[in-house]
Amino acid sequence: MTMLPASTDRKLGLVIDLDICVGCHACVVSCKEWNTGGYGAPLSDQNAYGDEPVGSWLNRVHTFEVKPENAPARVVHFPKSCLHCEDAPCVTVCPTGASFKRSDDGIVLVNEDSCIGCGLCAWACPYGAREMDGAEKVMKKCTLCVDRIYNENIPEEDRTPSCVRTCPAKARHFGDLNDPNSDVSIMVADRGGFDLMPEQGTKPTNKYLPPRPKQDDLNEPVNLASLAEPKASGFLGWLDDALTRIG
Amino acid sequence: MHPAASVIFFTVFSGAGFGLLILMGFATYSSATPTTAFLLVHFGLAFAMAVAGLISSTFHLGHPERAWRALTQWRSSWLSREGVLAILTLAFAGLYALLWIFFDVPSGILGVISAILALITVYATGMIYAQIKAVQLWNRTLTPICYLLFSLAGGALLFLMLHAVFFGEAGPFLSSVALVLLVVAWAAKIFWWLTGDRIVPLSTTGSATGLGKIGKTRLLEAPHTGSNYLMKEMGHQIARKHASKLRMISVLLGAIVPVILILVALPAPADAVWLVLAMLAHLAGMLTERWLFFAEAKHAVMTFYQ
Repeated sequence: MTMLPASTDRKLGLVIDLDICVGCHACVVSCKEWNTGGYGAPLSDQNAYGDEPVGSWLNRVHTFEVKPENAPARVVHFPKSCLHCEDAPCVTVCPTGASFKRSDDGIVLVNEDSCIGCGLCAWACPYGAREMDGAEKVMKKCTLCVDRIYNENIPEEDRTPSCVRTCPAKARHFGDLNDPNSDVSIMVADRGGFDLMPEQGTKPTNKYLPPRPKQDDLNEPVNLASLAEPKASGFLGWLDDALTRIG
Repeated sequence: MHPAASVIFFTVFSGAGFGLLILMGFATYSSATPTTAFLLVHFGLAFAMAVAGLISSTFHLGHPERAWRALTQWRSSWLSREGVLAILTLAFAGLYALLWIFFDVPSGILGVISAILALITVYATGMIYAQIKAVQLWNRTLTPICYLLFSLAGGALLFLMLHAVFFGEAGPFLSSVALVLLVVAWAAKIFWWLTGDRIVPLSTTGSATGLGKIGKTRLLEAPHTGSNYLMKEMGHQIARKHASKLRMISVLLGAIVPVILILVALPAPADAVWLVLAMLAHLAGMLTERWLFFAEAKHAVMTFYQ
């Protein structure tokens, strides 16, 4: 049903720490791997070994350069997947009811058996979270690994989205953003977590944590070589000084 | 946005077909008594164009065999509403046409109902695009109004053309209706273009990434070296290069040529060929306009790729 629920009991989602992400793309690959064997149709590639390969992915890492007014530019790696919006425009435009938002946990899903592959939901999403699969011709999107998080057949530590489980830097976190005492909510409150494109009025569930500010003294070039020179103290230090003066 | 040929064909042909149905809905109130052949050709052409467009719209679907499912979500989805309304329109107009043609019962009420349904159907077509906030060029009240005006102008031109074919003359009344609708529709479209050109982007790379608060943000490295579905679907760039030339071509073919040909055909008894040519030119202009409608539209997601 493509009407949005008035509210959801929980708001399961991701918190992505832009200060920590190193841009290794491990989450991208593990997402593709899990979702090719899990829920729904596999994520296909077309012309995978040709000169113009293309394929469906549910998570991609962009890399941006941000240049503050009075400080050197810095690089920010930016993973992007479905934000499981509260006011998800992709859901309400769906003519078939294939797209829906669950009222118990807020996850936005596609029932692939009902999807006609019209592509309107991908047009409605400002974030580019939905991609039409080139082989199955149905819309694919992040399921928040719905087949892992409730899966009692896998070890408990694995019951988290594949991208979160695989991140070697722990830049990705999963939890209930409706619960103010959850780890993710505390993280968002402490670090000033923000929404992407708030002006689009989608009220995304996923939050991003900003890169931490750099120290001010980094504006001056640092003499790193001097830090690497050995410095002796005590008698050896006096001897070092004395011999330096003589020579 | 990627201009899919099937969707361009659908919006142009169904639009004109429904426009003709709207005019035929009020035909019982005319003082003239139409012949069976006149009714058959008018309703036949209107249905053929509307249905051909609707069928072609299923060609871009990944799973056209499931298209019936698109009729279920009319409570939230404009695409679903459009499908339901199109079928209702064809059902009411079909009954109206059958009663009139085969039983000689011109039902004014049925005609008005099918005209109103056809109007709302075309409005719903426009709203499919106008509802998308991520595409600012479309997300305006003027978008469905342009769809409605073009549908009426196309319908009026079709009506005028068929009238000339049957009676060997265009007539000042029908000619002026078509002229006025053409001029109003294209004036609205030109206003849509000019206001569209001045749109300030709602989302920027800074707001999309949230990094704009720190400083000037630009893409340093794309997520992959190749293309993807999003870039092909939302990042269409080919037509933008020639946008201003294509706009002139669409106005020339869609508005100026038909207006001149209507004026040429006006002194009775005129040759219907002029009006057939006017209709063909109008359709070519409309196909160009509709291609630009998609190709010129920019999607918010591209802020992540620029």
